[in-house]
Formats: sequence, C-alpha cells, structure tokens
Amino acid sequence: MVMTTNVDALTASQASTRLAQGDISSLELTRAVLDRIAQIDGQIQAYLTVMAEQALVQAKEADRRRAQEGDQASPLLGVPIAIKDVICVPGAPTTCGSRILEHFESPYAATVIEKLCAAGLVIVGKTNTDEFAMGSSTENSAYFTTRNPWDLERVPGGSSGGSAAAVSAGMAPLALGSDTGGSVRQPAALCGGVGLKPTYGRVSRYGLVAFASSLDQIGPFARDVRSTAMLLSVIAGHDPRDSTSMPRPVPDYTQALRADLHGVRVGVPQEYTVEGLQPAVSDAVQKAIAQLQDLGAEIREVHLPHTPYALPTYYLIAPAECSANLARYDGIRYGLSTPDAPDIWEVYRQTRGSGLGPEVKRRVMLGTYALSAGYYDAFYLKAQKVRTLIRQDFDRAFEQVDVIVGPTTPTTAFKIGEKADDPLQMYLSDVFTLSCNLAGICGISIPCGFAEGLPIGLQIQGPAFGEERILHVAYAYEQATGWHKSRPQISKEHDR
Amino acid sequence: MSLTRDQVKHVAELAKLRLTETEVDLFQEQLSAILEHAARLDELDTDNIPPTATVLPLRNVMRPDQVQPSFPRQAMLQNAPAVQEHCIKVKAVLESE
Repeated sequence: MVMTTNVDALTASQASTRLAQGDISSLELTRAVLDRIAQIDGQIQAYLTVMAEQALVQAKEADRRRAQEGDQASPLLGVPIAIKDVICVPGAPTTCGSRILEHFESPYAATVIEKLCAAGLVIVGKTNTDEFAMGSSTENSAYFTTRNPWDLERVPGGSSGGSAAAVSAGMAPLALGSDTGGSVRQPAALCGGVGLKPTYGRVSRYGLVAFASSLDQIGPFARDVRSTAMLLSVIAGHDPRDSTSMPRPVPDYTQALRADLHGVRVGVPQEYTVEGLQPAVSDAVQKAIAQLQDLGAEIREVHLPHTPYALPTYYLIAPAECSANLARYDGIRYGLSTPDAPDIWEVYRQTRGSGLGPEVKRRVMLGTYALSAGYYDAFYLKAQKVRTLIRQDFDRAFEQVDVIVGPTTPTTAFKIGEKADDPLQMYLSDVFTLSCNLAGICGISIPCGFAEGLPIGLQIQGPAFGEERILHVAYAYEQATGWHKSRPQISKEHDR
Repeated sequence: MSLTRDQVKHVAELAKLRLTETEVDLFQEQLSAILEHAARLDELDTDNIPPTATVLPLRNVMRPDQVQPSFPRQAMLQNAPAVQEHCIKVKAVLESE
C-alpha cells in the first residue's frame, strides 16, 4: 500500500527489510517497479527490453520461497534488478546495444545471472548501453540514447547508462553494469547513484559479452552503499567457467560498513587536479575530503605520476583486445548475416560493415592497427609496459594509504550531442576511472553534491580485493552527508 | 602520427570491415588524432619494464580432464543464420576452379 507511492525512493536494503517483515510482497514491489517503468521510461529510455511477464513469475516464486524459507531467506530475495544488455539472460534478447546482435538470444545464463536467480532476485529487464559497452554516454547505442533523469537534455553517462538511469529514476532499486574503463562508476556519478567496479577476478565474467578481457568486470549499481554491498556479496566469487576469477572466499560485505573512520589512511593524489576539471566538481571533492577527515580519517598526499599516461595506454590496450574479441561477429554462427554476399570474405566484410556502429568500428580499426605487423612493439607492447608503470604507482601508494579518493569524472553530465563528434573529448570523460581497470584494482563512485542541479561523484579506489575498505569509507561518508537521499523529480505526465 | 587513406583501407581489410569512402576519410582523421595522443607514451623510458598482459597472479589454470555434459546441439544452433542437417551452413571456404 505504501509501496506504490514511493517505490522510486526505496533502497534495495530497505526493500529487503520490508520484505522480511512482511510489509510488502515481492509481487507488489515488482508490480510497482513495472508501473514506474511504464509511466516514465518513455522519457528516460533506460530499458531496451522490459521482461514484465517473467519478472512477475519470478516475484511470485520469490514470495513462495519466502513463505517456505522464512528467516533463512537470502537478504535480496524478491528484490527487482535491471541487467545491462551485455550480460546473457536467456528468455530475452542480448543485443549489446548493437544491430549485429539485434535478434540474438543467449542459450545460456551468465554466472552472475545464475547467482541472482539462486538468491531470488527478480530480473525486470535489460538496460541500454553504448554498443558493446564502448562509450561514455549511451549515444553509441544502435537503438536510442538514454536520458539523464536529472536533466533529460543530458547524457546519463556510459556505457552502463541505462542501468544507472534506471536506478536513479526509481525504475529498479538495483542493477548490474560492466566496467572496462569506468562504465559503472562514470554513469553512477552522472546519475547520482552508487556504482562499484570490483577487483579484476572478483566477479565471474562468464556470460558477460567480452569487450576487453583483461579489463572487463561486472559491477553493481544501487541507491546506497549498503545495497551495493549486499549485491556484491551475491555476485562475487570464484567460477570454474572463468579461469580469470580468483579462488578467494566472499565475505559478507555489509560487515565492513562502519560509520567511524579512525585509523583509515586516505590518499589524495596531486595528479587528479587536471585541466578541464570543473571547479564545482573540484570544490565538492575537496569538501568531501574534509568531511572524511572530520570522520576520523587521516588524509595523506600520494603520487600517481603515470596518471597522465592512463588514457593513451587504455586506448591502445582496450581497442587491441576489442579487435580480437569482436572478430567473432562474422555472420556465421549467430547474429546478423548478409546471405546475398558472393563469397565468405564478403559475408565477413558486409556483415561487420553494416552491423557494427561507428565507435565500434573505430576501436576495431585502432586495435587492429596497434596489433598489426610493424606497429605491435611501438603501440601495443609499449602500452602494456606503461600499464606496468601505472600498476606500480598504485602498489606504492597503497603501501602508504588504505584508499585513494578523488573525483569520479572531470565534469557533471554533459549535453546529448556535445561530444558525439569528437572521440578524444568523449574519451577524456573517463580520465579518472581508466587507471583503476589498468591496475586491476577496485573503485566505487558515490554522490558527493550537486552543481546546478546535476550530481557529482566521489571516487574511492582501493587495492586489489580491497572492496571492504572502499565500502567502509563510502558508507561512513554517505551516512554523514546523505547526498544519496536526493532523487530526481520526473513528471509522469508523458506516458509512452 | 598520421595515417594515409591506403593504410586505413589496409587495416579495414585486416579487420574484415567494409567501409564507405566517407568512413575512410573520417577514420583517417580520427585515428590519426588518437594515435598522435598515444605517441605521448614515447616520453617514457620502458626499456627495462616488463609488459602487463594480466594483473592476476594466476597462470595456466587447469581442471581435471573429465567428461562433463555440454550444451544441447539444438540450443547452440538456434542463433545460426543458416543451418543444414544439424550443421552451420557456410559459403565455400576453399576455392574450387
């Protein structure tokens, strides 16, 4: 009864409590989320596919399980979740935001999806993404551009922009995204939510459509830190089907959430003050650092001298891996095909030429070039060596501090179209998030203020498998400030 | 670092991408700009730095060599553009004169 009126403001953690107390059922909660999608997604366009029918079946099953399992029920049983459309969910298309996979239905579920189902979460739909997760705005989606719930003229960030916008606009309390260079943290920052990129190897990539295999990680979105920790506890863990997942036990991440920061050493890198950093973003981050100090943290300056080289390093390594991974879209085994082509080579050329969008082609070209004879040493190998230097920067910094804080993005959400014609400018919006993937460490973005009505994100990075540390600091800050409680006002007048 | 039109076309052929002439022009300009930015890496002396291919301490992950159930053939073929007698149908790979 209460639910239908404020579903957009409810965190997954609060939903979990109400479900456990019997105040609401999963069916009511799921219906409220689906209603909300029907009311406002015509404006936001966060979802590529809404799985209403399946969701209601899963919700009923969750209610049945709760009746049976009682106190033993898993904490997120019956809580709705949205899935970025690069993660394989049977029973719906997995398009990756690309024409080349427009009608592709995965015959199997990603490991994270199996884990969600085992924990009883309710999958409400697949969210929009830049094509094959390549982009920072969702403008590279072959289908449409998702709108930022705080300002419909602006991008939600990307590539997991659909997931970030869905959570921010109340169209799902939780979502999964993928983060190769910032694609969870950057849209979380721009939409005013929480987004976490786990350590490389923390979450199985089985069933995540590959973009850059040495950088990709699946990560959770939520409206607060506690819900993020709860979802991470569900999806993390070793998977025999992903040989790059680490055989390490998974803690209950909510145990790390404490409001006191005494004894925590927070590093602030000089190098994160760059040209193009919006003054309001810089101010908000400075205030956040002062707040962390007030909460008991010790603030230390650290150096990450190779930070300026992260962008060129990333834009050689990620495209190189992408060009190899995307060779599979050849019009033979699945996806778009051009049957009228005269020979097999033309099938390849025409399928890929017509099925892949401009940004994907650009990166396939860049990566093919960087790996080609005569240029491999100068570009790809060079970038891999600089990647070592970037990792060493973080290794040294984490000898002195527990976490590193700074802005998630140099600016708040930019206007749709503003950077669409200039790939380098677009790439710069990930300048603070890329090195985390190159180093394989973990990072989280949480809200830390507003500039002219647009959310600002604070990034907290931790060492490999330091998720408990970044969640601890994020939680303490969040509880002391409450920025996460602000929600965008979206009129329900314009129905689909 | 500037790419020629011929280089762009050569790379497109390596990647098996059919490009329009407009795309060739666009990529010539954009890839040149990106590679110019990438040339910043030359500022760093990396002669004695080992490359990072993976951040993980894991190498050569093995599993027991045991027969396990795999996906049903029908499910694996459901997305294929052309199927004939439980096989994926492709155009001739080896030329016959």
